[in-house]
Amino acid sequence: MPAVLEIEGLRKTYKSRRRGTRNALDGFDMRVDAGQVHGFLGPNGSGKTTTLRTLLGLIRPDGGRMALLGHEVPDALPTVAGQVGAIVESPQFFPHFTARDTLLLLAGAGEVPAVRVDEVLELVGLRDRSGERVKTYSLGMKQRLAVASALLKNPQLLILDEPANGLDPGGIREMRTLMRTLAESGMTVVLSSHILGEIQLICDSVTIISLGRRVAFGPVDEVLAQHSSGAVRIRLEAVSDLPVATEALTEAGIRVTGHPDHLMLAGVDKPASVTRLLAEKNLYVSELAPIAVDLESVFLELTATAPVPGQHRQVDESMKVGGTGQPGPAGGGWGA
Amino acid sequence: MSLFRTELRRLSKRRFTRYMTLLGLLVLAAVVVGVFFTNQKIDAGQLARAERQADQQYQEQVRWSEQERVACEQAKTAGTATDGRYPDDCSMITAPSRDQIEAKWFLPSTFDFKETFDETLIPFAAILALVGFVIGASFVGAEWSTGGMMNLLLWRPKRLTVLLTKLAALLTGILAVTLPAAVLWFAGFWAVANFRGSTEKMTSGVWQSFMLTGVRGVVLVLVLTTIGFALASLGRHTAMALGGVVAVMVVGQFGLGILLSMASVRFAEAWLLPTYALAWMTKTVTLQDWNSCNATYYGECKPATMDITWQQSSVLLSVGVVVILGAALWAMRRRDIS
Repeated sequence: MPAVLEIEGLRKTYKSRRRGTRNALDGFDMRVDAGQVHGFLGPNGSGKTTTLRTLLGLIRPDGGRMALLGHEVPDALPTVAGQVGAIVESPQFFPHFTARDTLLLLAGAGEVPAVRVDEVLELVGLRDRSGERVKTYSLGMKQRLAVASALLKNPQLLILDEPANGLDPGGIREMRTLMRTLAESGMTVVLSSHILGEIQLICDSVTIISLGRRVAFGPVDEVLAQHSSGAVRIRLEAVSDLPVATEALTEAGIRVTGHPDHLMLAGVDKPASVTRLLAEKNLYVSELAPIAVDLESVFLELTATAPVPGQHRQVDESMKVGGTGQPGPAGGGWGA
Repeated sequence: MSLFRTELRRLSKRRFTRYMTLLGLLVLAAVVVGVFFTNQKIDAGQLARAERQADQQYQEQVRWSEQERVACEQAKTAGTATDGRYPDDCSMITAPSRDQIEAKWFLPSTFDFKETFDETLIPFAAILALVGFVIGASFVGAEWSTGGMMNLLLWRPKRLTVLLTKLAALLTGILAVTLPAAVLWFAGFWAVANFRGSTEKMTSGVWQSFMLTGVRGVVLVLVLTTIGFALASLGRHTAMALGGVVAVMVVGQFGLGILLSMASVRFAEAWLLPTYALAWMTKTVTLQDWNSCNATYYGECKPATMDITWQQSSVLLSVGVVVILGAALWAMRRRDIS
């Protein structure tokens, strides 16, 4: 599949006399293939928005290579801008214009037919409120308007930064459906979001960034599989048998965490080996459930941003590839 | 629709643009109406009455000077003229000649188009320049502060083209208001002169002079509009332009004026920007140094003078526009947009 977005070794450094030098992007790589819905994840301050702004020509990079739809940017941005729809960070519009006027002015600037304005207003559910001033809109309505403005060009590549921010549950579901529909129609969608459940549901592939570097990328299933810890929860017919079972499993090299009514096992390659082992000791399993890893836990592990009781994590305290707290050797798509 | 037409539409749709333009035009209309009601057409009866009042004033002056001369001589004779009230020679106390008391002093105010219209172009240019400055600053400043500029650049990634197109649309809009306003201003004062004054002695040379002053006024409006736009773009906020101009006027002009005055600097007004704006409109401003004395053949003491010409003003305005707009374009091209 051809790549519609390619970033290699992107660097952006901010220098300040007072605060010194900060690498917002430190050799960041990213690739998005055509027709995908791609999740772009990272903790606050990790470089997501800087990446998107740099890609769209709003920030000047200090190094690296970027390409959109096969054209090198920022040089070719004027050529590809008409095929790339984007919203970056929170939706910002002139508050005294109506939604229709806002879109008509953008359509005029981009030489898009005015009839497209009605189409996108219908698409994002603002048709009946399009004559009202933007300042009267809720955050969710502004978000819808932002998505409408990005869709106005009928782009080949749609880049959305936190599109579900401020949306009600129905709106989030509509947005999810819209993303899928757009992808099915051949549009490539890059979605930056902190709602990881949504990303897991919508996206075909993800890139995770931490402190300006890519820490993971690939199809969602592969990323989850790579970080499946082999955790299994078991219950026995008799709770009184749990200490004996713990001893047997520990002797077999399995990490066991005891709970009042069940055991949590870690590092289990084949759950069947557990049932066999316990059956040989006349201990009978009433429940054996592999614990599925989700994107949120993978994200927290990779970026080292899981909350720790009694500690207040600062914005820049997250995982850096090659730095302290580096996860173990990664196979497949990890950190490549 | 092209970017230029879109920006022109954006400019005209903004409430601030509409309200400021309306306010500026209302102030101009108020000036014309005010001049209309504070002037009168002079008829023969009023002229005769003024002549009589001038005669009466002359007679009073003659009587008063005669009384004073007699009192002076009496005081000299009595030896009491020691308080410096009277001159040494009492014959020096004389009445002014009749022609020194002019009849026009006793006439009501009348609007002489040839003599006065030129001066009205100064407030005309000043008011529209202020309107242009504020609209220019707000037009681009609000775009920056509300994120509109960023949205636009996602559609049109050529930064300089976007900024210069916005400026072109702004200047076109301001010109579209200024030119009809100038025509109405000419027409309004022509009407005032017709009904409340005089339109006599108008020659083609006078018309040409008025037209040139009007053109300089329009240029001043466009220059200040550009400066307001460029300052707000440089600071990426409307307040940058408005705050900048307040700082320049309060600190740089009033403060500097006081400082120069305290230091007894010769021709202190030559350091103040309004002098150059005035020179631009009136072609020449002559500054005088009252602490100097240039003696004439007749023994008079004339102050030294310095002329500020419209050519010097044009250099200052050009340099101002080039530096400020150049800085705004440079910042637009180089600075990150976040």
